[in-house]
Amino acid sequence: MGTVRLSGFGHRHAGRRRWALRGLDLRIEHGERVALLGPSGAGKSTLLAVLAGLLGPEAGEREGTVEVDGLDPRLARERTATVFQDPRSQLVMERAGDDVAFGLENRGVPPERIWPRVDEVLDLVGFPHGRDRSTRALSGGEEQRLALAGALAPRPGLLLLDEPTANLDPDGARLVREALAAVRDTTVLMVEHRIADALPLLDRVVVLEPGGGVRADGPPERVFAEHGARLAAEGVWVPGVPLPRRTARHGAGERLLAASRLTFRHPGAPRPALDGLDGLEVRAAEALAVLGPNGTGKSTLALLLGGLLAPTSGEVTATAALAGRDAARPPHRWRAKDLAPRIGSVFQEPEAQFVTARVRDELTAGPGRRPRRRPGGRPDPRDARAGELMDRLGLGALAEANPHTLSGGEQRRLSVATALAAAPRLLVLDEPTFGQDRRTWIELVDLLADLRDEGHGIVAVTHDPDFTAALADREVRLPRPGAAPSPGAAPSPSPGTPPSPSPGTAPGRGRGPGHRPPTAPAEHR
Amino acid sequence: MTDPLAPIADPAAPLARRNPAAKLAAAAVLTLALVVTLDPVAPGVALAAELLAAPLFGIRLAALMRRAWPLLVSVSGAVLTLVLFAEDRSGTVLVDLGPFTVTTSVMSSALALSLRLFAVALPGVIVLATTDPTDLADALVQNARAPERFAIGTLAALRLVPLLTQEWRTIVLARRARGIDAGRNPVARLRLFASAAFTLLVGAIRRGTRLAAAMEARGFDSGAPRTHARRQVFTRADTALVAGAAALAAAALTASVLTGAFRPVFGG
Repeated sequence: MGTVRLSGFGHRHAGRRRWALRGLDLRIEHGERVALLGPSGAGKSTLLAVLAGLLGPEAGEREGTVEVDGLDPRLARERTATVFQDPRSQLVMERAGDDVAFGLENRGVPPERIWPRVDEVLDLVGFPHGRDRSTRALSGGEEQRLALAGALAPRPGLLLLDEPTANLDPDGARLVREALAAVRDTTVLMVEHRIADALPLLDRVVVLEPGGGVRADGPPERVFAEHGARLAAEGVWVPGVPLPRRTARHGAGERLLAASRLTFRHPGAPRPALDGLDGLEVRAAEALAVLGPNGTGKSTLALLLGGLLAPTSGEVTATAALAGRDAARPPHRWRAKDLAPRIGSVFQEPEAQFVTARVRDELTAGPGRRPRRRPGGRPDPRDARAGELMDRLGLGALAEANPHTLSGGEQRRLSVATALAAAPRLLVLDEPTFGQDRRTWIELVDLLADLRDEGHGIVAVTHDPDFTAALADREVRLPRPGAAPSPGAAPSPSPGTPPSPSPGTAPGRGRGPGHRPPTAPAEHR
Repeated sequence: MTDPLAPIADPAAPLARRNPAAKLAAAAVLTLALVVTLDPVAPGVALAAELLAAPLFGIRLAALMRRAWPLLVSVSGAVLTLVLFAEDRSGTVLVDLGPFTVTTSVMSSALALSLRLFAVALPGVIVLATTDPTDLADALVQNARAPERFAIGTLAALRLVPLLTQEWRTIVLARRARGIDAGRNPVARLRLFASAAFTLLVGAIRRGTRLAAAMEARGFDSGAPRTHARRQVFTRADTALVAGAAALAAAALTASVLTGAFRPVFGG
């Protein structure tokens, strides 16, 4: 069960000139745990889709043979199971137990055998809730554990994992890896960006060559020892290869923003998303990392600092250095055309930010009306800036492409470029390094470090400890909800956080966000 | 946030426990019977019976009113329209407001209309309020032979609806961050709305495609017969519920004909 045979295999997607996979010879035996590596574009996800039976010969052009347990993958679908990257678009049912049962129902398992098996796999993956738990009330890590339980329930011989932890915070990713460690007697084939943490789960690494074929195949230590340097240069996250550090060239500059007693509560929500954050300062020529577990309001803080949300209580104040005479009003009251040249925001999902159908147009769209071009008139300075940004972010060759068709890394760079197009003094980024390959990651760190050294302020909400180590001059850690020290109660800061009265202004590491204000923030305004 | 699809009723109440397909059929029978007549008697009888039955579904009237407030709004709108624009202003004058003279005939049309709206809508509201969407899909598949593809597919798509709300918010904020807002210009507003809607659509299609692939990878719609982990049974009590609704519909129409109030929609 769960054996894979590929011989001279190739697949070309319909309408593409380049082969996604070609000349591939590979044998994977029962019970092996294999990671597929390769630079982006090497065809890793295509291979998983082929093996899952989701991509047949009719979806393009085929050569060679591919077999799972001696069968065409589409006929072997009952023997394979897949866990995808996005937890939200692979859960089907409203209740957790029903979702696990879904795959068993599809395979015609008699009802009396379904529920014992559901309980068994929920237990195996360490799902912490009962069968009746709503699938909408789960954390990302719990969602992926549930997806894994659903995949394992029909006892697949081959388990395919397509970046199962790429969308998760470190705690969630750990939950999923722990659950994967419990999988026995199943062949596992995994594509994963940040492979280092998954190494204990693996006994073999296969490196795909972008032009076709297999470049390297063997135990992880040997493959990384022989091919690590080249892979790292190509953007693969090779464990143990050091990352650049970009410490600030100058000290922090003038203050740009300050937040005091900042609270935000979604309308109708039982408790605030962000509760009384006080004494936070954002400075020019400084990179500030906002850390903390999921659910502590980091993304909400990014929106508040970005002038995109009105706080429920408390305030964000801009300095004259950032906003001139507009400093008298909080950023969320500014007109959009005044906001963009001062504070740029980069969202977690790059696609939410695209407003045109061409990369070039993305960089010239924005505040104000384009001056009408007269023959012989002066060129629009925005075109020059767009060209410069495209060169700097390696988007030059894509100027005419549709933003929605770019790869994940390209979309990320474009979303940063769109925020920079209006030349803001302050840049606020939400999880800028999620799912990036090593090369894009380094480019992003370099770009942000350059911007900082040019005098821009950088605020990044992040779960990525490497990113923080490489770039951040100062860190703010948001506490778990309810853990914020309040007057009269014993302070209970999150582990590893010294209880300090305020994030402070001096560069330093690991400072807490501070005490609740002596007066409780108003409930609503 | 309140979920408009969450049941508000006590799930253990005798009629709330009935098979969802039976509840849906009962509501359909009643609704169809009431739309054929324009008189106030048939909906009056039906509405009285529906209100009496509501507690058997475990519904508290206060909770029902909260759920049904859009209905109240539309009924008041309809009554106001009638008062303003009714052609037939015969009968005794009740209130004289110049051109908008409220007479007994205006009042009786308004009464008939509001009774109809309530009586037709209430069964549907009760069914939605007492039925879990998963149970409804199960019952439609197992007892009404609805195609699995349709029932389970709709159920899965329903899960994604709250995500769309979230995504819409993000898209609108992202546009502000890009320096784009419409200000007071209605044309710019419309264009901004259209471009945001397009982005939402792109994301929704992408997510829908991923969901479809995930369902396919889990063996859905593979042509092999499915089994059902959750049994929905159609008992005699369920048949009785549908029969009861049919009897009520017949009684309401009979009452309407006997009192001479019956006014069929077609050819009256």
